[in-house]
Amino acid sequence: MKWMGLVLALGTICQAGTDLLGHAPVAASAAANPYEGDETAARAGAKLVERECQPCHGERSAGKAPLLNSSPIRDAPAGALFWVLRNGSLYRGMPSFAHLPEAQRWQIVEYLKRNR
Amino acid sequence: MGKEKPMTKNLLLRRGRANLIAILGAGLFASPLWGAEGPFFITYTHQMEEPGNLEIATKNVTGRTEGGDRFLGATTELEYGVKGWWTTEFYLDGQATNRQGALFTGYRWENRFRFLPREHWINPVLYVEFENINGADRGLLAVVGHDGQEDFSGRNSEARVEKKRELEAKLILGSHYKGWTIAENFIAEKNVRHAPFEFGYAAGVSRPLAFAARPERCTFCAENFQVGVEMYGGLGTHADFGVHDTSHYLAPTVGWTSGGGTTFKISPSFGLTDKSARMMIRFGVSYEIAQFGRRR
Repeated sequence: MKWMGLVLALGTICQAGTDLLGHAPVAASAAANPYEGDETAARAGAKLVERECQPCHGERSAGKAPLLNSSPIRDAPAGALFWVLRNGSLYRGMPSFAHLPEAQRWQIVEYLKRNR
Repeated sequence: MGKEKPMTKNLLLRRGRANLIAILGAGLFASPLWGAEGPFFITYTHQMEEPGNLEIATKNVTGRTEGGDRFLGATTELEYGVKGWWTTEFYLDGQATNRQGALFTGYRWENRFRFLPREHWINPVLYVEFENINGADRGLLAVVGHDGQEDFSGRNSEARVEKKRELEAKLILGSHYKGWTIAENFIAEKNVRHAPFEFGYAAGVSRPLAFAARPERCTFCAENFQVGVEMYGGLGTHADFGVHDTSHYLAPTVGWTSGGGTTFKISPSFGLTDKSARMMIRFGVSYEIAQFGRRR
C-alpha cells in the first residue's frame, strides 16, 4: 500500500503541470494561433521560451515543472496552451504570463507545438 | 547614521557603483530572467514576482525644491516570490543632499497578496507595508495626504530626528489589454503613533514598443523597450479628503531590458500643483535571478 501511495504521489507531481491544460475552457481551447505554421514566429518563440520558461521547465531546473518537449504539451490544443500562459496557476507555482503581449504568447505556443 | 559628511560627486559615484556591483555580483551566481514589471517607478501592477525568483533593484530620485538643495534619494530593493500569490520585498533607503551630507534613512518591508487565481479584466492585489524611516527620507515611493515639496526641503540634521513608523496599505488593480498594461493604486497610510490616515493614488499605463518578438537575439530592438506614463499624488487625510493643497505628478517613463536581463528605467516627474516639486528625475536598475537559492 505504501508503494502504491508513493507511485500515486509521484504521478500527481508529474501531472501537476500538464493537468492545467485540462482546465482550459472549451472556448479558449478552440482559439486558433494566428502564427500557426509560421517558422519565424516559432524561432521567436524559442527565444522567448529560453528566457521566460527554461529556468523552471528546463532539464536542469530543480522544480517539478514538466519538461516542455513532452507530448501532453506538444499535442495540446494551441488555445489551451495560450490559456495556461495567460492565467498560470497561482497555487501550483505556474505564474501568469499575461504581461507578455498576446503576440509573444502565441509565438511561444507555436514553438511549443513544434518542440521535440 | 553617525556624523554627516559633506556630499561630493565621489560619494554619489560610490553609491551608484556599490549598487551596480551588487547587481552584477548577484548575476554571477544564478540565471538571469527578464523582469515582468513595467517601466513604472511608483505604480504597482498586479504582476507578482515569480515563485523562487529574486529581483535586486535600485530606484533613485533626484530633484531640487524651491530654496532647497539638490538631493538624491536612493532605494535598494530585494524582491522575492515566496508563492505565486505572495511576493515580499525589503527596501533600504538612503539619501544625499548637496552641502548637507549623506545618510541612511531607514527600511521598509512590504508584502503583496493576490487573491484571484485567474487573470481577469481587473485583477486586485492587496499590498501591506511597514516602514521605519526618518524625516530625511527622500525615496518618495508614494505621495500621500498633503505631502509637498516643503517635506523634503528641510535640513537633514533636523529632519533625521523625526521618526516615521508607518503602515501603508494599497489596493492595486491591474489589467493587461491588447499588449497594454493599465494599473491603478489606492493608498492609505497611517503613522502607528499619531497623525490621521493619509490617502493617495497612483495610476499608470504602459506598453512595449513592439508586441511581437523578433526571431534573433537583439539588444536595442523595439520589443526590449517599454514606454508609459504614470500619474500619482495625494488625496488628503480622512478629515480633509480631496485634492485641495496636495501635490500631484505626471511622469512619462521608459524602460529598456538588455540582452543580459538587466532593466534600466528613467522617468522625469513633472509637478502639477504649487505644492509639488517642479521636476524630479527618477532612474533605476533591476536584475532578476531565476530560482534563487533553489538547487539545480
